[in-house]
Amino acid sequence: MYPEEFRYSKDHEWIGVDGDRGRIGITDYAQKQLGDVVFLELPEVGRTLAAGDQFGTVESVKAVSELYSPVAGEVVEINSALAAKPEAINQDPHGEAWMIVVRLKDPAALDGLMDAKAYGAFVESEAR
Amino acid sequence: MVPFGGWEMPVEYSGLIAEHMAVREKAGLFDVSHMGEFEVEGRGALGFLERVTANHVGKLVPGQAQYSALPDERGCPIDDVIVYRRAEERFLVVVNAANIDKDLAWLQSQGPNGCTLRDRSDEFALIALQGPKAEEILRPLTPIDLASVAFYRFAEGEVAGAPLIVARTGYTGEDGFELFVAPEHAEALWTALLEAGGPQGLVPAGLGARDTLRLEARMLLYGNDMDETTTLIEAGLGWIVSLDEHKGEFNGRAVLAEQKASGAPRKLAGFEVVGRGIARHGYKVVLGDEAVGEVTSGSYAPFLRKNIGLCYLPAPRAAAGTEFDVEIRGHRVAARVVPTPFYKRPR
Repeated sequence: MYPEEFRYSKDHEWIGVDGDRGRIGITDYAQKQLGDVVFLELPEVGRTLAAGDQFGTVESVKAVSELYSPVAGEVVEINSALAAKPEAINQDPHGEAWMIVVRLKDPAALDGLMDAKAYGAFVESEAR
Repeated sequence: MVPFGGWEMPVEYSGLIAEHMAVREKAGLFDVSHMGEFEVEGRGALGFLERVTANHVGKLVPGQAQYSALPDERGCPIDDVIVYRRAEERFLVVVNAANIDKDLAWLQSQGPNGCTLRDRSDEFALIALQGPKAEEILRPLTPIDLASVAFYRFAEGEVAGAPLIVARTGYTGEDGFELFVAPEHAEALWTALLEAGGPQGLVPAGLGARDTLRLEARMLLYGNDMDETTTLIEAGLGWIVSLDEHKGEFNGRAVLAEQKASGAPRKLAGFEVVGRGIARHGYKVVLGDEAVGEVTSGSYAPFLRKNIGLCYLPAPRAAAGTEFDVEIRGHRVAARVVPTPFYKRPR
């Protein structure tokens, strides 16, 4: 369900790290809670984010949800194709529907995030 | 499931957009049992209803229904309602779930003389079968001649063995029926309808799709698009305000007649968002540099694939083509008044 190679935040973002780059999106649990996604707003490339900073907004027909960066870093890439086709967030949240790539300020900062197993248990406790 | 007027109701079943599209193209089934039902019966029933509603009840023949409202003395709705004439002296008034207690207290305060007024909400479940395939799905389940039940007409009979009222009414902008049935028959009826309609594409639909469907059809939501601070004329409901001499005096008539003749100072307008973003209920509406109000209803419209909404604008600035801004998370996003309904079903 939740890819082993990612780390997860309590705000339901995932991050997949490769060297000093982290690719960020929202989890399958988050997209299910939202329902049909119809709008996505992403930051400009170059923006500096602190951990927990809002980097965008995702909206379903019924709900608005802020997107929070699980790590500190600089936005080096955004998925502009996704903004034009936000329904991919429902279809492939952990793959095609990545949202931004950040250059990590401190790769060790991942330690505060959950692994797949811990995140799975976390969403189960939230669902109850 | 979400709490709604004291009921636990599903926002969606298979997905809001899929449900919305099913109703536009095939059919959807809604459990709207939360709606309230009052019975008004007796020699004085017609006279009482003429005094407390805006529309002309006397025009109804038995078996006919009418969209109406309960105006206060300022011409603002206590609620919007549908009045069903079941017999010369017997009416069913369907009210919004959240307003049942308020409406009942209001109607009692208006002196229901020569008639009885009873809250029968607990005796009716309400199932809405909506969409272009609705008649085809219902036909094999009932001896009622559905073709003779025209828009805003109803018949009493049986569907799938359950005694009920079948009304050709709804809140989606599509053809369809609302079935008033005793709660003990509701579950079996729901199941029978879903089974019968499955091959034609019938799906259960939730509160979420109900809201986007009604908004595309510019049907108003009480508490959002109108309330006790908006007159019926401002809300664009002049068509349910009857000044017919046979109706006579009713609550708010003076104000409503005056506004009908000379216009209201503001009007509920339909708009499309021109810029990027979804305008939602409560977002600020800015005309020039002046905040003129809030979005009363706003959403992504799944069939139209646009972001649409309703808001009150000063009457001189409410014509189609007028441009204004909606404040979305601190940014001003352009919007434009458009003709409504946003969606009209093909006939």
